[in-house]
Amino acid sequence: MTTGALGKLHADGEVIVRQGEVGGCMYVIQGGQVEVLLRKGDSAVCVAVLGEGDFFGEMALFDQEVRSATVRARGEVRLLTLEKKSFLRRIHEDPSLAFRIMEKMSHRIRELNGALKAALGRRNVLR
Amino acid sequence: MLSSLELDSGSHVAVIGGGPAGSFSAYFLLQIAQRAGLDLRVDIYEPRDFSVAGPKGCNMCGGIISESLVQNLAAEGITLPATVVQRGIDSYLLHMDVGSARIETPLQEMRIAAVHRGAGPRGIQGEMKYRGFDGYLLDLALAKGAHLVRKKVENVGWQDGRPSVKTQDGCQEACDLLVVAVGVNSTAAKLFEGWTSAYRPPQTTKTYICEFWLGEETIRKHLGSSMHVFLLNIPRLEFAALIPKGNYVTVCLLGRDIDKALVQSFLDSPEVRQCLPPNWQPPDDFCRCSPRLNTHGALHPFADRVVFVGDCGVTRLYKDGIGAAYRTAKAAAVTAVFEGVSAENFRRHFWPTCQSICTDNRIGKLVFAVTRQIQRQRFLRRGVWRMVNREQDKEGGHRRMSMVLWDTFTGSAPYRDVFLRSLHPSFLGHLLWEVVAGIQPFNTTRGRKGIQ
Repeated sequence: MTTGALGKLHADGEVIVRQGEVGGCMYVIQGGQVEVLLRKGDSAVCVAVLGEGDFFGEMALFDQEVRSATVRARGEVRLLTLEKKSFLRRIHEDPSLAFRIMEKMSHRIRELNGALKAALGRRNVLR
Repeated sequence: MLSSLELDSGSHVAVIGGGPAGSFSAYFLLQIAQRAGLDLRVDIYEPRDFSVAGPKGCNMCGGIISESLVQNLAAEGITLPATVVQRGIDSYLLHMDVGSARIETPLQEMRIAAVHRGAGPRGIQGEMKYRGFDGYLLDLALAKGAHLVRKKVENVGWQDGRPSVKTQDGCQEACDLLVVAVGVNSTAAKLFEGWTSAYRPPQTTKTYICEFWLGEETIRKHLGSSMHVFLLNIPRLEFAALIPKGNYVTVCLLGRDIDKALVQSFLDSPEVRQCLPPNWQPPDDFCRCSPRLNTHGALHPFADRVVFVGDCGVTRLYKDGIGAAYRTAKAAAVTAVFEGVSAENFRRHFWPTCQSICTDNRIGKLVFAVTRQIQRQRFLRRGVWRMVNREQDKEGGHRRMSMVLWDTFTGSAPYRDVFLRSLHPSFLGHLLWEVVAGIQPFNTTRGRKGIQ
């Protein structure tokens, strides 16, 4: 057993956050991987795999909406929880703490734009 | 050479001291400058090698990275690796003569990191599978683009209105900004006494830290992943803690004139003996130190082109010194890149962070004065013990005393928060009830183990 690991260990397949539920924290991956699943009807599609140093659940910090996706442990994963209230308070004291989250969100918007552009391109070809 | 009191591409920053305050300063200066499109040259002057075991590579501290700092670093993208964190702490045990109480983190997570500042104690036994926290942070700063100058700074002066640094080999170089991060225990701290007209060094007291090898299995069995905090009525002793690491346990004592007799008296107390293996005796020779600890922050820790961060400037009272180093280093870096490096810039944008720590420390002194009274009065100790146990026995609900004690002893929240929470009518009402119930001859805690 590693004595120096931080956070909490989650077993393979354990659902960390569930799409549609109300979220009150974000998570930083200390070790291992998680998969991000988008549910549509009865099926779920894996849209991303996140690893050490990545975070998820950050949208819950900035809006009052429910979780937009389900996140599940892919193998054993160790996660550190950042509670909404205390973390927001720290961001108010030091706004630059949110920089990395904004950077990641900006990166995700670019990825989505790229995917949308590719999808629109395919549709035009089909026409 | 730049004459304006602003940093620009090509500006040279000298950081004296490669401990956490110095490494954080270099790291954030480079990170923020890169974001703003500036190309800074940052040199860290640090003669010590943190990969050497013993005092030569150690910055002498208990080695606790607080919950709030672990979380802030995670948000910054700095994930402390398991090779640096010797033990994740998920709870603490409060030991008093009236009994012991375990206080868990709300989510049962390992949220506090126990580390060695250097490579390990003198005469380290077994495989060196962990690396020191200070070396890890210094490497982060170097990976960001800082340069390490492994030379001792012999003198500081001024050259054409800019600070200059002279090393022991006679080299002298001027810089656009001098970040002083020399702590309060190095000889370099003396270089700055009276160097700028207004700077007054911090006031300090002495503490005592030692390391005992117990072995990983013994630590797991007897101390677990809990920090052990002691409120004992031993004369001259104010606070004591046992911090489990990988193979070692760190003993931290705070009090007046700590000598061998006081250390022995603490180690011989039944509350400490119950945490250690039966018949264990301290070896004749072990790694120990008596570092200075700030009790009052420095005055005017800035001047034109000069800023003092970490312990040699302003830090938190007794706890979370590394967290304060992070905050002051980052505030100095933000000020230097976005506002400028004049004394006025630092006064307006860096000093408020220091002031907020100083104000909080004043409240902290009050919190510790109350803690001292609890330590001295058995009926108060019993009331606190009963209240914590009642909260821990109960599923859910407010754990007011548990959280007040957690934040006081781990340094995870500002002392102001701790103080305000302790003024809550429900907190005071419950404490009063438990104190009175503890004094009564009849036992109101039937079924509770260990009541005295």
